[in-house]
Order: sequence, then C-alpha cells, then structure tokens
Amino acid sequence: MGKVLIELKQLTKIYNGVKAVDSINLTIKENEFVTLLGPSGCGKTTTLRMIGGFEEPDEGEILFEGQLLNPVPPYKRNINTVFQRYALFPHMNVFENIAFGLKIKKMPSDVIASSVSRMLKLVDLEGFEKRNVDSLSGGQQQRVAIARALVNQPKVLLLDEPLGALDLKLRKEMQIELLDMQRRVGITFIYVTHDQEEALTMSDTIVVMNKGVIQQIGTPQDIYNEPINRFVADFIGESNIIEAIMREDYKVEIDGVVLDCTDKGFAKDEPVDVVIRPEDIRIVTNPEEGMLQGTVTSVVFKGVHYEMLIESDRREFLVHRTMMFPVGSRVGMNVQPFDIQVMKRGNISEEEESEHE
Amino acid sequence: MKKKNPSMNSSASDHHHYKKHAPTSTRYLRVLGYPYVIWMVIFIIVPLLLVLIYSFTKGDIHNLFSLEFSADGYLRVLEPMYLKVIMNSFWLALISTFFCLILGYPVAMIIANTNPKYRSILLTFLLVPMWMNFLLRTYAWMSILSPNGILNRFLEWIGLPRLEIMPGQTAVLLGMIYNFLPFMILPIYTVLSKIDKNLLEASSDLGGNKFVTFIKVIFPLSIPGVVSGITMVFMPAVSTFVISGLLGGDKTPLIGDLIEQQFMTNRNWHFGSSLSIILMVMILISMAIMSRIERNNDREEGRTS
Repeated sequence: MGKVLIELKQLTKIYNGVKAVDSINLTIKENEFVTLLGPSGCGKTTTLRMIGGFEEPDEGEILFEGQLLNPVPPYKRNINTVFQRYALFPHMNVFENIAFGLKIKKMPSDVIASSVSRMLKLVDLEGFEKRNVDSLSGGQQQRVAIARALVNQPKVLLLDEPLGALDLKLRKEMQIELLDMQRRVGITFIYVTHDQEEALTMSDTIVVMNKGVIQQIGTPQDIYNEPINRFVADFIGESNIIEAIMREDYKVEIDGVVLDCTDKGFAKDEPVDVVIRPEDIRIVTNPEEGMLQGTVTSVVFKGVHYEMLIESDRREFLVHRTMMFPVGSRVGMNVQPFDIQVMKRGNISEEEESEHE
Repeated sequence: MKKKNPSMNSSASDHHHYKKHAPTSTRYLRVLGYPYVIWMVIFIIVPLLLVLIYSFTKGDIHNLFSLEFSADGYLRVLEPMYLKVIMNSFWLALISTFFCLILGYPVAMIIANTNPKYRSILLTFLLVPMWMNFLLRTYAWMSILSPNGILNRFLEWIGLPRLEIMPGQTAVLLGMIYNFLPFMILPIYTVLSKIDKNLLEASSDLGGNKFVTFIKVIFPLSIPGVVSGITMVFMPAVSTFVISGLLGGDKTPLIGDLIEQQFMTNRNWHFGSSLSIILMVMILISMAIMSRIERNNDREEGRTS
C-alpha cells in the first residue's frame, strides 16, 4: 500500500475528566480502508471527529502528510465527512446539496454542473438533481451525502456509522457499493462502526477500540483469527473464551486436557485465555475419539448451520456445524492446533467488568 | 421530515389526530368551544361589523337605523394631512421593525448558541421587563428621555450637550423598539435553536467558514422565524398609539393616535371607523405579503408538500 497519509500521535480527548480517547497512536496510509470498530462510547466517533476537526484534541498530534493538522479549522482540511444522519441541507435540493462545497470554492458553474452529474452517476442517482432531499429514502439520502463529500475530491473521506440508519438488506448492498466506490475513486476511507460484520466485510485494516484505548490493529483476518485479548475475541464474532494454562511452547492445557497449539513465547505454566471459534470445533459421534467430551444441550437451526451448545464437565461450548447432533447425545470434540488462539491474560478485573456489561 | 418547521409540523399532526377521532369524541368536546364562540361573536365580530357600518355612513351613531350611506370618512383619509400621518405610521413601523430585526437576530443567535443550562436564564432576562405593564415601561422611558430626564442630567453631568429627543420621532422609535424587541427575538430564537448542529458541521466540513455557513445555511433556515418576528413587531408597531402619545407628543401623530382622537376627543366615530378599516386592510395586505415571502422560501426549499 501507498505512503503514510495520516498519523495520530498520543491523541487524547477528555470529557468531564474522563478520557474518551486515551493517547492513541495510529498510522493510516493512502487508499487504505480503515475501520474504527468498537462498542458505543469506545471513543471511535470522537477520534473521527478529531480528524475531521470538529473536536479539539486535549493532547497529542494529528499529522496529515507530515503537517500538523491540529490548528487547521475543518473548512480548511482536505477531508470530507459523511455524517451519521447525513446532515443534508433541507433548504436545498439534491443538486444544490452536492454543489455546496464547489460553490464555496467559487468553481465555474459549468464545472460544478459536470462534477455534480458525474457524482450522481457514481452514486447511481442520475436524474435526481431537482429532487427535494426530504423526499428521498434513507438509502438515497445516504448516497447524496456521499456524493456531496466526494465531489470535493478529498484525500480522506470520514464516514461515521453511515449505514446505521438503513435496514439490513440495504446495508449489505451499500457495503458492497461503498467498497466499490472506494476502489474506483481511490481515496482513503476512515470508517466508524460498531458492527463487526460490516468491519470485517469492508476494511483493509480494522482498529478495535474499547474505553478510549486501541485494543488491536490488523487486517480482518488477523483480528478474527488471532484476537489479541479477550475483549477483541468477544467483540468480533462469536467465540468460546476459555481460561487455560500454557504448559510449554505449543502445548496448552484446557480443563485438564493438554492440546497442541501453534503459540509460543509464554512462561511455563502461565495462565492464559484461549479462543476457539464455534465453527472450528468438530464433533465426532464417538466421545472417545474427541479430545474433549460433552453432551449436546441445545440445538438451534440458523440457516447455514446449526448452533449447538455442548456441555462438558467444566463448561459449555458454542459449536457451529452443518450437521445436527440431537439434544442429549454424548459427543466428542476436536480442535486443530491452528484453530486454537492463545492470548495473554489481561487485567482480570477489567475483563470481568466488560463481561458483565 | 424531521427538518420541517417544527411548529408547522406539530399543528399538522394535531390536526390529523383530531380528524381521526372526530366521529366519536369531538361531538361532546365541541360543546366546550361554545363559550368562546359566543365570546367571539359578541366582542369581536359584532364590534367589527359596527366599525365597518360606521365607516361607510354618517349620522347619529347611537341610532343605527338613522344612519345614511356615505364615503366621507374614506374620502377624508385622502386629505394630505391624514395621508401624511398614515405614511408616517408605516414608515416608523418599518424602521422599528428593521431595528428590532438587526438588534434581535444577534441576540437570538447568542441565546440559541448558549449552553442549554444557561439559556433559560437569558430568556428570563429577556422576558422580565414584559412582566411589567406596557404603560409603565413607556412611562419609564418618559422619565429617561424627557428634557429634564435621567439621560439629559447624565449628559450634563459628564459635560455633554443635552439631547432634545422627547417629544419626537426618535423617542417614539426608541419606545417601540424597546417594547417590541422580545417579539422579534423569541420566534427567531425558537427556529435557530432547532437547527440541527450537524448541518453547521457539514457546512464547515465542505469548506464553509463561519460567515459562509451563516449566509448559506443558518439564515435561510431561520427565515420562518424572521417572518413571524417581523409580523409580530410590525403589526403592533403600525397601530400603536400609547407609545407615540406618551413619547411623541403632538409632533408626530400616528394612525393609532388619529383613531384614538376621533373616538375619544373629536367624537367622529365615522371617520375613526374609516381609519380603522384602512389600517386593518393595510395590516392584512402586509401579512399577506409576509406569508407569500414565507411560502416562496418554502418552495425554494422544496417543501410545498
């Protein structure tokens, strides 16, 4: 990927004595699709608003192409935003909304007209120029908001939960379209969402945040397959998070059973957390053939797969399989070494807190 | 839909609500409206009709059946002296409305931009003077502006020449602006405080500095408030007689003073009625113009639905 475009250094924002964003560091490259992901109140929107210039950082720096961006007011930043509720101007029609930025820049009117119609084509709203924005559907308003931002040819587009107000089907369609648009216009997208599936679908890089702190930065595959701690594992997708002991390199003990894994570098007998994704647990009908044994206690049909709860002596496992095992049957469970993700045990009190939320 | 003028929106939905339940509940509730209807007929419609009748007649006002048709009242209005009074009334009302607008708009903006915690305090400051009687407030202005009033004594004290503004137009204007300013501020404040802050951020995001944001976003969205503010100031300003009577002396009679004079001093109810009807028609015309402006604004905003 291209050169570094934006750098956040020790960026901090304090609201009423609480650190909404706590000294985060992040590097964003050209043409990257970066998603800030986390539960509400994790500081992702505040971070985005600081990049957009709507919030002033209390500490830290924002660098844009190596230049300090902090003192630059929003209207002078080469960054545009798609707001959560679109924030289209109700007293202007679609054309006027999209032309707003260009008119301020005093572009000649024929240039404005051609740019606007090019944008309308990009967002698939040709012929909507004279329409009143209140008469548009949520999805259409969304597209106008994107066109209004993109027409200014920003280096970076900030999107604050842009699909949050849309229904599921439209959301999925718009995800694909947004991704497609990003590839075509070739600009950096910084996207904020609390929807982990959306983040996994669209991003080049996901930044998982919690309580103002970055938990993990990585590709969707990294984040999903190798969550760095309990929070990330819990937040991204469904998972079995198990307290375990690292006996030695490549050997982890779960509930008295020592399993092979691909992780190393832990202390001998160090307590750790292990993540096993529900789809990575294989079930065998003969309990003796499994590394772990248990009894099926619940089966729910989910369309693509069955969601089963299997209770062992010590805990309950969530398992996704396309084959159904009846409730009450005694089964064995196997996990491949590379499907076991071993994580350092974090601050235990904090984990419990987040678990109880 | 959310972005529509809130007052319009709520009245529309109330109306809808009312219609939906009309067949069952309003049959009984309607009775509650009768006292008001009776009140209106006795104290508004009948007097208005009387004024209309007097304005087109001459003769003994105490005997309705002896009245004869006459356009004298209206013809008299065309005399230069009275035309001048009418023109003067409109001119003063226009100027005071204009000053109320340029003084009131920034105040409304300041209040709307204040932290909601302190907003109500500012609004109270604005409204406290209105708790006092209108007449009393105008008397207060008399004691400030009169030749030996507080203002002149103060000017003398700091060694400046005295100001002879009362009685006179300036004093009337000051009194009008003072008394009607809250009626300009409140509707504008209401509209401004409802503007979505995201729109201002969007404008800034798209390259608009504060000035551009005001011209292109804030002001156009506040026009409904400006229109109702203008209406609420202009109407009482054009028909006032107390303020001009107390602060203007005999120098600058307004149409309100003229009407009062015809009814109370000259006992010429026919001419007084003609003047009243003319004033009413002129106010109606100005209101029609204002609502036309507002509707045009709405159409530009594409909100004709």
